[in-house]
Amino acid sequence: MKLTVNGIGHEVESHGLQSLLYVLREELGITSPKAGCVQGGCGACTVLVDGEPRRSCLTPLAALNGAAITTLEGLGTPESLSVVQAAFHEQYGSQCGFCTPGMIVATTALLERTKKPTRHDIEQALAGHYCRCTGYVKIVASVEAAAGGAKK
Amino acid sequence: MVLADVTLVVPTSVDEALAEFGDGKGVTVVAGGTVVMADLAAGRLRPKKALLLSRAGLDGITRKGGKVTIGAMTPVAALEDGDEPLATAARHLGDVEIRAQATVGGNICSEASAEAPRGDLQAALIVLGATVRSGGKGGERTEPLEDFLAKGAGRLVLDVSYDDAPRQTGYAAAWRPHAHHYTILAVAAARQNGDLRVAATGLGPHAVRLTSVEEGGDAAVEARDDALASAWYRQHLLPRLVGRALADLEEA
Repeated sequence: MKLTVNGIGHEVESHGLQSLLYVLREELGITSPKAGCVQGGCGACTVLVDGEPRRSCLTPLAALNGAAITTLEGLGTPESLSVVQAAFHEQYGSQCGFCTPGMIVATTALLERTKKPTRHDIEQALAGHYCRCTGYVKIVASVEAAAGGAKK
Repeated sequence: MVLADVTLVVPTSVDEALAEFGDGKGVTVVAGGTVVMADLAAGRLRPKKALLLSRAGLDGITRKGGKVTIGAMTPVAALEDGDEPLATAARHLGDVEIRAQATVGGNICSEASAEAPRGDLQAALIVLGATVRSGGKGGERTEPLEDFLAKGAGRLVLDVSYDDAPRQTGYAAAWRPHAHHYTILAVAAARQNGDLRVAATGLGPHAVRLTSVEEGGDAAVEARDDALASAWYRQHLLPRLVGRALADLEEA
């Protein structure tokens, strides 16, 4: 099956019932989506499917016919961070880093939908994302900074 | 997870889905995947044949002939701004990513696990007087949701329908902060043409109608223990949620 990830087309061989998370990590070596709980509960595996945030651990490969996948790797580079990545960096929005790819991917999708999110919008968008360093205050500040930065 | 032995079928029409489902024996239906994929990953489920419905054309909400019909593959997110009390129940479910992926059909067919109740939308659909159209052994069938749930699994849900009619509605749920929580206990209520219907999600393997409450009495239903809450807690919570749901209905 063909799978487009971060703009690059791949021919993947995994079973159609295999999770997108497994395909990304084990077959394509794209490791920013984290295998946290692998039960859909922690948000660390979140990627964008046609621009919408999805749990890659709960998404079977065969359901992705023709979809474009974007992972953290597709949002920016170390030399040129995306607005959201830069905001997380500047606001110390990442501690151990395990939840960060999911947080940044979900935030990117939020700011695509809602240019000026309220605190409630941010809490709703990140409700499915655990940070076990409990760094939520700085994460929300990062999202607010990214939203402010995005206005410029 | 060993998948090499699993036959995966991805039907591209409703007729093909029904033919592949057959009498349902040995077939694991994959709708949104939020329950099945988690069970596969944890080794709780070892299917022989899996039927993935993502391309079967079973999604969408239609209003015609005085009926609202919701296709089985309609995502929960599509209900969030729709008819009450289903919309509130939908907004209460999981988180933004889960609601975008989980489906109405999956919610109807997901029995409670040892960890948690699962059919978060069922009580809301019961009080809307929803009927379920399903395929499987003996062919197509349409029946009230509470009858469908009482019979257990084994059918391929095609859609659910209810009257496109004005009604007063109420909803109350035990709220548990943070992600991916299944509803511990929720009570939905609706009154249409003077007819009151009340139902609860989270007491047992599937949602149940609270007929004693509809008749003006107390909620007399046994609850169960699971990892989210004890039966004792649910028993104490139930009359309070019933009271709140009915108050919510009267305010509407």
